[in-house]
Amino acid sequence: MTTFLMIGTRKGLFLARSDDRESWSLDGPHFPMNSVYATAIDQRSATPDGSVRLLAGADSEHWGPSVFRSDDLGASWQETEGGAIRFPAETGAALVRTWQLRPAGADQPGLVWAGVEPGALFRSEDGGETFSLVESLWDHPHRERWMPGGGGLCLHTIMPHATDPDRMLVGVSAAGVYRTDDAGKSWEASNTGIDAWHAPDPRPEFGQCVHKFAGQADRPDQLFLQNHGGVYRSDDFGATWTAIGEDLPADFGFPVAAHPHRAATAYVYPLVKDAHRMPPDDRCRIYRTTDAGESWQPLSDGLPDEHAYVSVLRDALCTDDCDPAGVYFGTRSGEVFASADEGASWTSIARHLPDVLVVRAAELR
Amino acid sequence: MTPGPGAVHLRVPASLRTYAGGSPALEVDLGELGEKPTIRALLDHLATTRPDLERRIRDEQGRLRRHVNLFLGNDNVRDLSEQDTPLAAGVEVAVMPAVSGG
Repeated sequence: MTTFLMIGTRKGLFLARSDDRESWSLDGPHFPMNSVYATAIDQRSATPDGSVRLLAGADSEHWGPSVFRSDDLGASWQETEGGAIRFPAETGAALVRTWQLRPAGADQPGLVWAGVEPGALFRSEDGGETFSLVESLWDHPHRERWMPGGGGLCLHTIMPHATDPDRMLVGVSAAGVYRTDDAGKSWEASNTGIDAWHAPDPRPEFGQCVHKFAGQADRPDQLFLQNHGGVYRSDDFGATWTAIGEDLPADFGFPVAAHPHRAATAYVYPLVKDAHRMPPDDRCRIYRTTDAGESWQPLSDGLPDEHAYVSVLRDALCTDDCDPAGVYFGTRSGEVFASADEGASWTSIARHLPDVLVVRAAELR
Repeated sequence: MTPGPGAVHLRVPASLRTYAGGSPALEVDLGELGEKPTIRALLDHLATTRPDLERRIRDEQGRLRRHVNLFLGNDNVRDLSEQDTPLAAGVEVAVMPAVSGG
């Protein structure tokens, strides 16, 4: 079987593949000089011929953003002539960047969600060829008080519930987590328990700078969240959150990834603190919990062990869907590491790339 | 290419030529741009004939993208009347990327 890895960088998309998850081939850049913040590998047979569809959100500093799709694993790319994602005229808004492309569940082929800047959610029912604005979230009364984080006012995380299509969470920086329980008709802030240390009220209803959250299909109500300060877990699909970062060397960071099928297991990449965004002890280490955050273990075999000042962005850490699970992360200094044994050991599979913005991996079926 | 007597000559940078049929320039007949031909009318025309090209020059609200410059002759249209800048037969409009990035 082939494992496929999409690596979005600040200057283009790279595609890696491997038959054994040890030796990798790399091609690219696709969309050179475009920032690729969002990628997806859609294996739900959403295309007319049942092939795998790749999606990539690429934006040019000059010529603006676009969503591309490929049904031949990147040999060729297509885009929607007038633009796949466009804000309606009455909003007065224009797409800045696509931050997230998220295929829905296997029972909803063709349904793809997109999170964008300025903070909005879009929905596609044709596999990512055309999208429409989810107006119920855009019209939310909180939106005018959302504040952009350093990356802009971005809707960066989309988490459909694995078994209940009416339920979904989204993450916006810096607005926090929002949830719908009625298939997107209405939304409410869902940040109970998450700190907002940058605000006068440390526990506001919304305004938290949530960096990323992740979950797994086998235990759909359990989520892990990396905040702008603070690592959290929810056992009720985001209704409430509990801090679980006490055993970490630092609870600041950007990415979090969940194990694809082992409950209570997740990965983070701690940085010292907001004002010192480098790994503790200048050592590049992923931390893993296997007990839902009660304890964390450093994973460092094969990773730079000294003078390592690298950071990892919110979408630049992921798992594949294999057993044992593969774990992947890319650094802002352009190196990609892969583990085929759930993080126990690591290999550098690409280096000297532009800043890595996103990685997504899957075994091709 | 010499502009036709009744046409606007639109020069396209290399990075956008794939959206102009591979050509470095497009000629748009002034008669296609209504009674008062302007930069806006030219871009509106492109939005129907070359939508992939037009959306790389303007966003979906019709605003010129921040790092895109349009020159009418030697003048940046932002120093003239932006999209209300009038066009006459035989003029050249050049799409140019601003100097930016890293």
